[in-house]
Amino acid sequence: MAEHTAEHHIVPLKVYFAVFGALMVFTAITVFVAQFDLEHYWGPLNIIVAMTVATIKATLVVLYFMHVRYSSRLTQVIVVSGLFWLAILLVFTLMDYLSEPAGQPSWASNRKTIFLPG
Amino acid sequence: MAEHATHVPGLAHHFVSMEQQKEAGTIGMWIFLLTELMFFGGLFLAYAIFRYKYPDGFLQGSHLLSVPLGGLNTFILILSSLTMALGVYYSQMGDRKKLVAFLTMTLLLGLAFLVVKFFEYKEKFDHHLFPAIGFWNPAADHPPEQYHQHVRVFLWIYFAMTGLHALHMIVGAGILITLIYLARKGTFTKEYNSPVEISGLYWHFVDIVWIFLFPLLYLTGFHVSGGH
Repeated sequence: MAEHTAEHHIVPLKVYFAVFGALMVFTAITVFVAQFDLEHYWGPLNIIVAMTVATIKATLVVLYFMHVRYSSRLTQVIVVSGLFWLAILLVFTLMDYLSEPAGQPSWASNRKTIFLPG
Repeated sequence: MAEHATHVPGLAHHFVSMEQQKEAGTIGMWIFLLTELMFFGGLFLAYAIFRYKYPDGFLQGSHLLSVPLGGLNTFILILSSLTMALGVYYSQMGDRKKLVAFLTMTLLLGLAFLVVKFFEYKEKFDHHLFPAIGFWNPAADHPPEQYHQHVRVFLWIYFAMTGLHALHMIVGAGILITLIYLARKGTFTKEYNSPVEISGLYWHFVDIVWIFLFPLLYLTGFHVSGGH
């Protein structure tokens, strides 16, 4: 294991150019798709498509430009643990907020009942 | 303890080998980037909550941003990530000339991004759309009046997120200037190049933040016609 990580891995140039090409194609896809009203089919579809494409792009950058695919297991575990903490932040907070009706501030419904008489 | 068999230039005395030193540097940078991830994560969370609360303000506000300019900056930043990756490659090859060339290209692309951003910000100030000072001019070509406050929330998020991102770009430019200076002096060799590599990690991280900001801010209202 230690011997494996000690290897000095140099990513070949063609990998960098291929990743760059893929990033450009995905950018074009996200701009192109954003013009269509996918919400007509399902409310959050536009944002889901946009975030899926962005996540694919980010994964390509992390794996190849940032060499995580070729890094030590320890580095890989650290990267994944960071994403896990980010998921806790986002998911647990949004579970609370998304349980309230959309389109109005969270204090609006409470204010009437608590502070305003009648 | 016996001293190391060979003294390697660039190896700090508290590390056993170049590989151990490099691994420590990489992990240290990744831990810093995770704190950055949580830092930006808080803003992305704020974006999600406000967007859920004020969907109309985000649709109207998104129309105020220029998709061509945002797209241009996306292209510039991804290209700069490529030149940075190539810089790391040539530092590993020990090619000083190409290392300096690609670091300089990355710096110029980063500065080009900031110039475009400057003109976008200036346009917002000129049109009374900076959410703090002189906000909103009823006579101007703004979204309908009823969206006033909700558009303001969107613009706060826009300035906070892109502003923090631009600040990271400025810091990145400073790092690149330092790297170019050191590379020209011949500090980096085939054996010792981890400063270039971990600075590259930082640069790519800032690129990733923009990869998410572009669709969330610029493209969110793109499918709704007849906006601004």
